[in-house]
Amino acid sequence: MRRKLSEIFIEGCIRLSGVLCISFVVLIFLFLLKDALALFGGYSAGKFLFGSQWLPVSEPPHFGIVPLVIGSLYVTLGAILICVPIGVGAAMFIAEVAPQSLKTILKSLVEILAAIPSVVLGFIGIVWLGPFLKTTLGLSTGMCGLTGSLLLAFMALPTIISISEDALAGVPKAYREAAFGLGATRWQTLWRILLPAASSGIIAGVMLGIGRVIGETMVVMMVTGNAPVIPASILQPLRTLTATVASEMGEAVSGSEHYFALFAVGLILFIITFLINLVADMSLRKARR
Amino acid sequence: MMTAKTTQKIAFVLLGLGTLLLVVVPILLTILYILVNGGSAMTWEFLSQPPRNGMKEGGILPAIVGTVVLILGTMLFALPLGILSAVYLVEYAKDNFFTRLIKLSVVNLSGIPSIVYGLFGLTLFVGFCRFGTSILSGALTLAIMSLPVVITATKEALESVPQAFREVSFSLGATRWQTVRYCVLPYAIPGILTGTVLSLSRAAGETAPILFTVAAFYLPRLPHSVYDQVMALPYHLYVISTQVPNMPLKLSFATGFVLIAIVFLMNIASVFLRAHYRKKKTW
Repeated sequence: MRRKLSEIFIEGCIRLSGVLCISFVVLIFLFLLKDALALFGGYSAGKFLFGSQWLPVSEPPHFGIVPLVIGSLYVTLGAILICVPIGVGAAMFIAEVAPQSLKTILKSLVEILAAIPSVVLGFIGIVWLGPFLKTTLGLSTGMCGLTGSLLLAFMALPTIISISEDALAGVPKAYREAAFGLGATRWQTLWRILLPAASSGIIAGVMLGIGRVIGETMVVMMVTGNAPVIPASILQPLRTLTATVASEMGEAVSGSEHYFALFAVGLILFIITFLINLVADMSLRKARR
Repeated sequence: MMTAKTTQKIAFVLLGLGTLLLVVVPILLTILYILVNGGSAMTWEFLSQPPRNGMKEGGILPAIVGTVVLILGTMLFALPLGILSAVYLVEYAKDNFFTRLIKLSVVNLSGIPSIVYGLFGLTLFVGFCRFGTSILSGALTLAIMSLPVVITATKEALESVPQAFREVSFSLGATRWQTVRYCVLPYAIPGILTGTVLSLSRAAGETAPILFTVAAFYLPRLPHSVYDQVMALPYHLYVISTQVPNMPLKLSFATGFVLIAIVFLMNIASVFLRAHYRKKKTW
């Protein structure tokens, strides 16, 4: 009888943990929503979403997130343009070209990159990459969107490489054999058969990479110059959604309009990454079928 | 007209060169840059002393202790919850709507930006639960952030235990929990450990979730209770490289060195754990 009771208890705990996973997502959403909605009591949602000025401490304050959204877009687009070709190319090399021993080394190296804390990369951006770009490109400041894009591209590589590599390796053997049987070279097979066959998995990898780039905070806060204005180009200082929350929450008074506005920005981030992950998850599911 | 063979040669060489120059070399340079510059500034005093003179002198002992405390706290919350959730998903859950909802939640938890976890920790743990800016709030925030990684790793480890183990156990009259406890979990422990150590190493390097939940700008003493603030290595590196004017660069490099060393040691430990247990695997 005692065994029975302890079993009921532990199985109860197991079920409860499953439920808790769902409740965390719901709780995160609700708590963000609660504080974000508090902003819209006194500030119009239209002005928040479409306002072109982010001046939280001016009188009256402006909480228009357009400059921040554009900042995030610039940095993310730049990073994706850089890291997708490199990441997919490296995945192709690791999956189909490299011999087994080299494959193991390259994979562990990519895992090492994934382990480097973002704040360390941000630090490298400040002491080396920023000044380097400033002198080579003749910029007025090295703390700009491009510096952030380069570092974020670097950070997104592990996600894109490992998921694309999995997708390529997961293409059924029969595809390869059929192509070889028709006299195709390994390159022709890789380029015309494997790459299209693995496309859903690769797209999922790219989506997850985008999610990681949009959500990354420390690097962009440290190297993009922290200027909440609409940037004319990626070579100018700008500020992303994430960096705004991280850099201003420390000074915002709890319960003030500014505080609620930052939660509203957090809610926007939550919704964006939620949608991106949903799409990525759907294409992963499609890839497995 | 190029032959197919020549095209292949050119394509493979380009892929190889691209991978070498754009992936391998930058990774190695990044690590060497920190290790060489940080290593030359490393002293025993730096590791064993609190910071002095506005953090421009002395060491980083409180930040090291803070990071270790946070790792332990995160482990305390994330491990049981993550492992039990994975056991539920693999061993108990039927393939229904509810289970799919849990899986989707785990996927989404893993995609939420770290700064959003920071906001969540601020309103729920610091504010609503009245834990204040404390080790407790920070560890709970980091634990929820680490949960998806622990769950995914545990799930994979459980799924790799052969189905026959369970069937034999059931056929001998064992209940589901007895089967899980004696025939599945023992064989999944290595995989669980590997994944968990990896997820904790991520948590150790995170800055955004601890910004408003636990991290102290400058607190040159060691914590006394779970309601204390602490310094933490990632936040300390952020502070000294952006907020402190005229900071001696070698202290920043040395801080980066210690942070990377802790994260890498945990990674290496997980690799060894995996190799060690794989040798013992007999099926």
